[in-house]
Amino acid sequence: MANTQKITGADIVIRCLEQEKVKFVFGYPGGAVLHIYDAIYNQDYFKHILVRHEQAAVHAADAFSRATGEVGVALVTSGPGATNAITGIATAYMDSIPLVVISGQVPVPAIGLDAFQEVDMVGVTRPCVKHNFLVKDVKDIALTMKKAFHIARTGRPGPVVVDIPKDITAHLSEFIYPDTVEMRSYNPVTKGHSGQIKKAVKLLLEAKRPMVYTGGGVVLGDASEALVKLVRALGVPVTNTLMGLGGYPSTDPQFVGMLGMHGTYEANMAMQDCDVLLAVGARFDDRVIGNPKHFFNKSRTIIHIDIDPSSISKRVKVDVPIVGDVKSVLAEMNELVAAENPKQSSALKAWWAQIDSWRSKLCLDYDNSNGLIKPQYVIQKLWEVTKGEAYVTSDVGQHQMWAAQYYKFDKPRRWINSGGLGTMGVGLPYAMGCQFADPTAQVACVTGEGSIQMNIQELSTCKQYHLPIKVILLNNRYLGMVRQWQEFFYENRYSESYMDSLPDFVKLAESYGHVGMQITQPGDVEGALKEAFAMKSRFVFMDFITDQKENVFPMIEAGKGLSEMILANDIGAEDL
Amino acid sequence: MRHIISLLMENESGALSRVSGLFSARGYNIESLTVAATEDPTLSRMTIVTAGSDEVIEQIIKQLNKLIDVVKVLDLNDGKFIERELMLVKVKATGAFREEMKRMCDIFRGRIIDVADGSFTIELTGSGTKLDAFIESLDKAAILETVRTGASGIGRGDRILKV
Repeated sequence: MANTQKITGADIVIRCLEQEKVKFVFGYPGGAVLHIYDAIYNQDYFKHILVRHEQAAVHAADAFSRATGEVGVALVTSGPGATNAITGIATAYMDSIPLVVISGQVPVPAIGLDAFQEVDMVGVTRPCVKHNFLVKDVKDIALTMKKAFHIARTGRPGPVVVDIPKDITAHLSEFIYPDTVEMRSYNPVTKGHSGQIKKAVKLLLEAKRPMVYTGGGVVLGDASEALVKLVRALGVPVTNTLMGLGGYPSTDPQFVGMLGMHGTYEANMAMQDCDVLLAVGARFDDRVIGNPKHFFNKSRTIIHIDIDPSSISKRVKVDVPIVGDVKSVLAEMNELVAAENPKQSSALKAWWAQIDSWRSKLCLDYDNSNGLIKPQYVIQKLWEVTKGEAYVTSDVGQHQMWAAQYYKFDKPRRWINSGGLGTMGVGLPYAMGCQFADPTAQVACVTGEGSIQMNIQELSTCKQYHLPIKVILLNNRYLGMVRQWQEFFYENRYSESYMDSLPDFVKLAESYGHVGMQITQPGDVEGALKEAFAMKSRFVFMDFITDQKENVFPMIEAGKGLSEMILANDIGAEDL
Repeated sequence: MRHIISLLMENESGALSRVSGLFSARGYNIESLTVAATEDPTLSRMTIVTAGSDEVIEQIIKQLNKLIDVVKVLDLNDGKFIERELMLVKVKATGAFREEMKRMCDIFRGRIIDVADGSFTIELTGSGTKLDAFIESLDKAAILETVRTGASGIGRGDRILKV
């Protein structure tokens, strides 16, 4: 890669992105990155996408990564540009999404002098990045960028910030991009311990009530195929976390639904009652298993596969830890299982009979007879109209849970949401990232009237790049999840959860040059969705006026255990 | 339980804040933390004294290993080790007290490293408990100022922390 000709630091940044085969950079210009933007003007290696707020740049890059598996790239200026990016970076960090975020910085001699638009980006982002760098010499840009991409995509992935002072981007240096990078302090383990893997397979084959629980790690590690093979060979039930949806096909009979706070009755009961639990790329967080003490009221043997040793035995003590890349570990397990050629035991048959009896509770059934549009119904119709093949992004709240419960994801990387940080406002920029990743795909942004207003300015970006996204706004005029908690735990005191003074979303969409629709009757839901998705080249904003008082069920109260669910039919209709 | 953790990390600016930030962000306790470059100037060695249950200590070790700049981590409590801490104490030393202070310093194998009209500065090295014992044996009113480095630790015999 040696090139003896000297080029500017800004050009070096561009050439690094070219070497990393970056196709899109999501960004917003400003003083400290003007040299870099000048270099962007003169290149055609990648396309720069101009967002309307830096937070959206990082979210869009994040979704591009979630949809493709590639490293997402965002570019922001110093100071406020950098701090606007923080929510996006923290969101990616919590969900282990590989990103490289390049931020401008004031010139090296001005650092520490409270210069205009100065913020200590390395200091500010330290708690929410996998790693960060401040580059102080033009000669270090290429190696730093190489390291940044390497760190972002390997091991447990995550965002990496590269902070580059303005003067450095004007200085000249040769461009030498290393082919490989060696770091004595960073060598993630990828191959699982074979003794542990053998032990795990033996336990699963001998289990009476086995259960498989998988998370975002299966999606990020592209281990879906290996997982399906293992689960089918063992004939065992499987559940996915919110982040893991699509890791196992939702329409498959062995899938018992999502687990956790708003998981299915059968998934949560099976988690609580199983005797051998295989956890894959998941982290037993508070929204998934609730109270760990309650979880351990029943004893079970836990096998945990994860790329990150610190995820193992963090909240829940594990019996058989396996540190490694989930795809390679599952492949090894598959070989061992295939050699055994397991037959369904009578114990496993009895276990399935138990699961079927839990299933017969039909915990996701809802009353659809009051003449109002039920949000669950909209999602079910969305699934039908898009034939289950859309990229579905969501914001955070009730609509997110309904999308997770009622859209049956059969493929990984199709369900794009903020699971860990729970960031309202991600939905629209996430949809942008997905549409850039797959320009001809159907992309639906399921959102609420609270969340959508947190990044509504991106309607403008969608117009500029002709993104044919469909916004599915479940408009209940409430911050629904807040209202639901206030109803259950604060005696209906709906403190500040009512969304007053909403815009006319149809006119708003039209003012940006998009198509707007408002749907008020249940009978119009399916037709409207069909009409919207038939407009293949248009952005359509669909404002569904839904039942204000609908709640998400099943529900486990914070701090309670998995088997302590509240089901919809436990509460009389008159209470709602 | 009290643990002494030794680690080697890249000697780069901001490395210390990554470690101290990790401890504060995750609510781990730090009794003391010392750091300086090693004989290899690209590496820093840090000694952290912390306390926690076995599960917490396991998480601390894992989280430290996860930091990109950290090259190696060793829990000294996993084997035999030696720890030393340095303390400088400035004490009142006037009249009959001067002789008494000198004697006390000798008993604890300290050294007087600065002598002034009304005071001595004593250098004392040892385990934290020895330094505590010295402080307790002094008349509180006689202590003008103390400064302690925090513990440094090293494994015994073949236990070597090196890249």
